[in-house]
Amino acid sequence: MSLLCAEGPDLISSLELAGIRLLWHPSLSEASAHELVDLLEAIVAGDEPLDILCIEGSLLRGPHKTGRFHVLAGTDVPMIDWVRRLAARARYCVGVGTCAAFGGMTTAGPNPTDACGLQYDGSQMGGALGAGYRSLENLPVVNIAGCPVHPNWVIDTFMLLAEGEMDASALDEFGRPRLYADHLVHHGCPRNEFYEYKASAQEHSQLGCLMEHLGCLGTQAHADCNTRLWNGAGSCIRGGYACINCTAPEFEEPGHAFQYTPKIAGIPVGLPTDMPKAWFVALSSLAKAATPERLRRNAVADHTVVPPGGKAPRGGKI
Amino acid sequence: MSRIVVGPFNRVEGDLELRLDIEAGQVREAWVNVPLYRGFEQILAGKVPMDALAITPRICGICSVAQSAAAAGALADAQDIAMPPNGAVAANLILAAENLADHFTHFYLFFMPDFARPIYADAPWYPTISDRFQAMAGSAAREVLAARTGLLHLTGLLAGKWPHTLAIQPGGTTCAVAAHERAHLSAILAGFRLYLETKTFGDRLEAIAAIDSMDELRAWMAARPPHASDFAMFLHLADHLCLERLGRATDRFMSYGAYRQDGGHLFAAGVWDGGVGDLAVEAITEDISHAWMSGTAEPIHPRNGVTLPDAERPQAYTWCKAPRLGGKVVEVGALARQMVDGHPLIQDLVAHSGGNVRNRVIARLLELARVLIAMEHWVRAIRPGAPFCHSGAMPDEAEGVGLVEAARGGLGHWLRIQDGRILTYQIVAPTTWNFSPRDRNGVPGALEQALVGAPVRPGERSPIAVQHIVRSFDPCMVCTVH
Repeated sequence: MSLLCAEGPDLISSLELAGIRLLWHPSLSEASAHELVDLLEAIVAGDEPLDILCIEGSLLRGPHKTGRFHVLAGTDVPMIDWVRRLAARARYCVGVGTCAAFGGMTTAGPNPTDACGLQYDGSQMGGALGAGYRSLENLPVVNIAGCPVHPNWVIDTFMLLAEGEMDASALDEFGRPRLYADHLVHHGCPRNEFYEYKASAQEHSQLGCLMEHLGCLGTQAHADCNTRLWNGAGSCIRGGYACINCTAPEFEEPGHAFQYTPKIAGIPVGLPTDMPKAWFVALSSLAKAATPERLRRNAVADHTVVPPGGKAPRGGKI
Repeated sequence: MSRIVVGPFNRVEGDLELRLDIEAGQVREAWVNVPLYRGFEQILAGKVPMDALAITPRICGICSVAQSAAAAGALADAQDIAMPPNGAVAANLILAAENLADHFTHFYLFFMPDFARPIYADAPWYPTISDRFQAMAGSAAREVLAARTGLLHLTGLLAGKWPHTLAIQPGGTTCAVAAHERAHLSAILAGFRLYLETKTFGDRLEAIAAIDSMDELRAWMAARPPHASDFAMFLHLADHLCLERLGRATDRFMSYGAYRQDGGHLFAAGVWDGGVGDLAVEAITEDISHAWMSGTAEPIHPRNGVTLPDAERPQAYTWCKAPRLGGKVVEVGALARQMVDGHPLIQDLVAHSGGNVRNRVIARLLELARVLIAMEHWVRAIRPGAPFCHSGAMPDEAEGVGLVEAARGGLGHWLRIQDGRILTYQIVAPTTWNFSPRDRNGVPGALEQALVGAPVRPGERSPIAVQHIVRSFDPCMVCTVH
């Protein structure tokens, strides 16, 4: 449903501009019930070409490998079997959302439905289609991971696919389009100044950095959420809560409570991915010693209590 | 007699299959099957209680905030903590934006496109309706997506994003609002009001909310041409097709009460069963006699409930349990909320024709007007500088209940905590009520009752009347079988 929030222009216009004709969409199309089943059968029979197959939701293998936890209504055939048949006919196969990509939240805890992604089972290749799957254009599954997905990640991917501009080099190690996965949520974070000085929020609604106490994984999460922005001018961190790294395989089991940062000897265990720990510790302690009073106080307030100073920098006129 | 299987339905959220016995051109009996099981209640067991805020919204991409609000409510109950006034208002606004976006999406994108189908091509109203509402191609679709996107900018501002926000916490909301942001919230609502008043209603929202009887509604219709607005078009269409004779269920309605304010709710909690009565939450039970679940034969209250799938259970035909209130089937949703709240137009409509396709749609549109007016008041009630969120410790042993009204009706979360972990977590979603299977007494659920008598034209494989009835409930199947 997040896709319906596409803007600049709206979803229908965006698809039209990309030259994409929707064969079927669960929220937008007229065709229902037997009309859809007829269409799916025509695709499987090779009578109707399928350029892009988009799958939302994890693929359920249970109970006992039967796939009966998710049967496509009106057909008595498990959804996972329909997906395998359709994927064999698709020029491109796209997983929309972390569930379709890696299994996602439905695989958390005991994974009661034996769920997996299209071509991944968590961070392991495999899944419903298997590691060796390639669509007719010789691409693995394109994983637009995110829970939810940003609508324009999907639109941008479609436009590149439609132009024939998305090859294997456009995907990262988990099959995610690099157009958004080459960024970190940390990029453009409006709390960056608090991060630099380790001036941290202690409680929800406070302005400080969310990494030290409240579970934020923005320095590790692959996405452009703080530069592309959501629903106007939003992002998780702008909304005042932690990035939980929802574009990553196995984000659903972080090994700790989602909104809590586990620490060893006072140091958060999840540090930026490519920063040596000793350097982080050294810089952090220096930064903490240097934290301006303004940031120290604002970090634990829910609005700016000390504005930036008004004095011109020393050195005189510019 | 013949039997047909209808599905999969689109323009409903998730998976739905109907089995229909047809005799003399009518549905004689119906069985509703939800052919998907998700397992979220099993996933939640053993987790840290606060993790419910990250897990439960992901049950659904369309009722995400409602799940979030119910989880926050259950956790707040367990913690015995309350939101400061600013947090309560912001939480109402975040939930209301989702609910209105859902009503709006339902009318324009899910429900109305069925009347633009070729089966109606000979009807006198067809060219107008088809130009406006045809799926994807009608003039409404793009406008509506843009207006909906604009409304959800409110969620971007107050909650970071939609769906799947962590902004609603047990003790308040995570994003404090400054004075200029409050002004921007007003502007967002003004933009949506403009669309509703020019296109949806062709009248002031206050005038729509004030229509207080069927006669008044007739007078409102008579005062303007049929194509004056989308609401006017729908009312004329409903008359042509006698939509008030389609899809009557139990005429027993339940609401948990919507949007907390001033110690009560904007829309009252209660039950309608020939008159308004108090809601006895303790009288809610879930029956698994026809669900692919294992457990006791006795229906049990969700506080004590468990969810254990059993695909081999004899006589079962769906993954959906059968919730009952005092052993009875109830209908939930906008119509139920407005009946229980005592809105005079809705009460008059139901007094004349019961709960049906037309009245469900009118109640939803009425809520677009009533709730947007309330949202404007809430925005003005925000006090920049005052707190939005309190924090509190989570007890190691506790119970909690969170009851909210999603767009589609009452949503309840029942939580038990033991040794600091979730022991059981039970969710009863709106469509679990409306699309429930038969119970152990063989009494069919609300949709199963509503489908009886639906006309079936010769040769129809997916009867159009059946589709109207199903979509009139605005079902969300993925929540149903969480």
